[in-house]
Amino acid sequence: MSPVLEVQGLVTSFPGDGDRVPVVDGIDLRIGSGEVLALVGESGCGKSVAALSCLRLVPRPGRIEAGRIAVDGRDILPLSVPEMRRVRGHEVSMIFQEPMTSLNPVTRVGDQVVEAIRLHERVSRAAARARTLELFRRVGIPDPEERLDAFPHQLSGGLKQRVVIAMALAAVPKLLIADEPTTALDVTIQAQILQLLRDLQREYRMAVWLITHDLGIVNELADRVAVMYAGRIVEEGSRLDVLAGAAHPYTRGLLRSMPARATPGERLAEIPGVVPPPDEWPAGCRFATRCERAFEPCSSEVPGPTDLSGSHRAWCHAVARERGA
Amino acid sequence: MPDPHVVSNAVVALLFGGGVAAGVFVRRNRLWREAAGELWRRRPLALLVVALYVLLALADSVAWVGGVEEGADVVATHEPRSLVDRAFSRIAEPQASYSAPFAEAEFYAPYRPLAHPGRHPLGTDILGRDVLHLTVKGARVALLIGGLTSLIAIPLALLLGVSAGYFGGRIDDAVFFVMSTLASMPGLLLLIALIMVMGRSTLSVCIALGVTSWVGFSRIARGETLKLRELDYVQAARALGVSEPRLLVRHLLPNLMHLVIITFVLMFSGLVLSEAILSWLGIGVAGSWGQMIDQARDELSREPVIWWNIAAAGTALFGLLLAVNFVGDALRDTLDPRTLRERR
Repeated sequence: MSPVLEVQGLVTSFPGDGDRVPVVDGIDLRIGSGEVLALVGESGCGKSVAALSCLRLVPRPGRIEAGRIAVDGRDILPLSVPEMRRVRGHEVSMIFQEPMTSLNPVTRVGDQVVEAIRLHERVSRAAARARTLELFRRVGIPDPEERLDAFPHQLSGGLKQRVVIAMALAAVPKLLIADEPTTALDVTIQAQILQLLRDLQREYRMAVWLITHDLGIVNELADRVAVMYAGRIVEEGSRLDVLAGAAHPYTRGLLRSMPARATPGERLAEIPGVVPPPDEWPAGCRFATRCERAFEPCSSEVPGPTDLSGSHRAWCHAVARERGA
Repeated sequence: MPDPHVVSNAVVALLFGGGVAAGVFVRRNRLWREAAGELWRRRPLALLVVALYVLLALADSVAWVGGVEEGADVVATHEPRSLVDRAFSRIAEPQASYSAPFAEAEFYAPYRPLAHPGRHPLGTDILGRDVLHLTVKGARVALLIGGLTSLIAIPLALLLGVSAGYFGGRIDDAVFFVMSTLASMPGLLLLIALIMVMGRSTLSVCIALGVTSWVGFSRIARGETLKLRELDYVQAARALGVSEPRLLVRHLLPNLMHLVIITFVLMFSGLVLSEAILSWLGIGVAGSWGQMIDQARDELSREPVIWWNIAAAGTALFGLLLAVNFVGDALRDTLDPRTLRERR
């Protein structure tokens, strides 16, 4: 069975000073049907651009330079604009970080979901409205009849995110891309939304591509994890492999800097430095400048994948040397 | 081509229907109802004044033939006369006398005695026409200029500004070139040239004013579109598979509507004023307050001073512009999303 999403060698670039700078630089991803993949990484590492590339919605002047993106076995890069429109929402749907701004402020939320349904299906307005009501119930919106006619500003952040999720589910997509779905919400609401996403994922048997920088969320939701740093995947594997047996120094650093894992009374560990901007990415391993285990080849040679166990792989010279020796 | 008065009656009917429809829409839609209530709380007087002007203009636009006294000439019996004309029918006929407000006698000796002594609350002008009547009739011309020109300029500005902001690239360059070219020409000279080319009529004045006044709003629309284009809900709509034309009509334009309304109101007063300046130069619209002022300015040098016709037209103009500006400011405060947030 072909995976819901298969990305091979995706390069997406933006213009820099002079040359175009690849913000996403040759990533490979595979999401099987009904699978939850978490893409983890710091801000600015190219997670969102990678996700937008898969809908061919990279904001101008960004551009997909190379690679293959297949949805359900079909390459989407050569598709025409109307064909692509049928993929969006119907096969791959996306929810964005900010529920506050993800809804049109001058249109009733019910009408927005109705629109999303009628974009991909020939159904009457009344039928779409009934389906919307059903969706609202399903995503746990209290008093759904009244909320249908509410405007976005009349809803709380959590309710808005539920509406956004209902909208994304309107055309029953095979893959839902959730770009930091809970970052903008209160902690208590975060837990509810995560629970909802998990329930819906099981119920609709839909694949979810979760983009986050919160490893706690990864632990709760993901089947597989890919860690991204500066435009490249640095480690990939099942949730347990990556969270419990992290190999790449970057992943280890991320895990160490989690407040939940810290020893009380001790200073929280951090990864020194910041992610360099895309036009200053080092030539070899991109993490070399911040890595405590860096040695000679790191600054000049791009590390290849090292198989660790099963599907667990890391792209690191230090890990390779450890294993090879 | 139907008679002008038939067209004008139809327009009034259309406006009336449109007004009722807009009223129903505002009542049904919570956002707009709240905005309307807020507006009324902020500037009730200015709204009433504007409403008065609008009513006068509408009353002057409804016209029909007949109702002229026996013995009037053939032309008069077949000339359609508006509601306002009929209201002033006793004193509206030019009477070749020149009188001060509420005068009992004519102002200058060579003229015949007044037919209606004391009946001219604002006196008559040098041609013997009742000044109050002329002033009231000016409301229609002013609203026509402001309304018709906005109807030309705002859609043009929206079309060019939104497409420039949304599609960017070549289209943006082209629109920006046109805008910069227009903005670099002295507006008044361009206006005069356009009116001279098209000939003098109400419509050509409105077109000329429209062509010279769309640039400002077009810039605003372009900037706002640039901002909205990148917003999450536009991205989200795209991610759901909404087509570009639909995105523009359903998700972008409705979010520009508050700007359209504010611009319309603020532009309106500028346009009426521009027409007054054109009248001063002798190329305005017949029957406007600008023209009244232009005709009356020579009278100011007489002894004793003939002040009432210029004062009447000036006050009417001032009253309309002041009220419209107050309403415009209140509208901006009510509809601007930033102040909206502070209020809640």
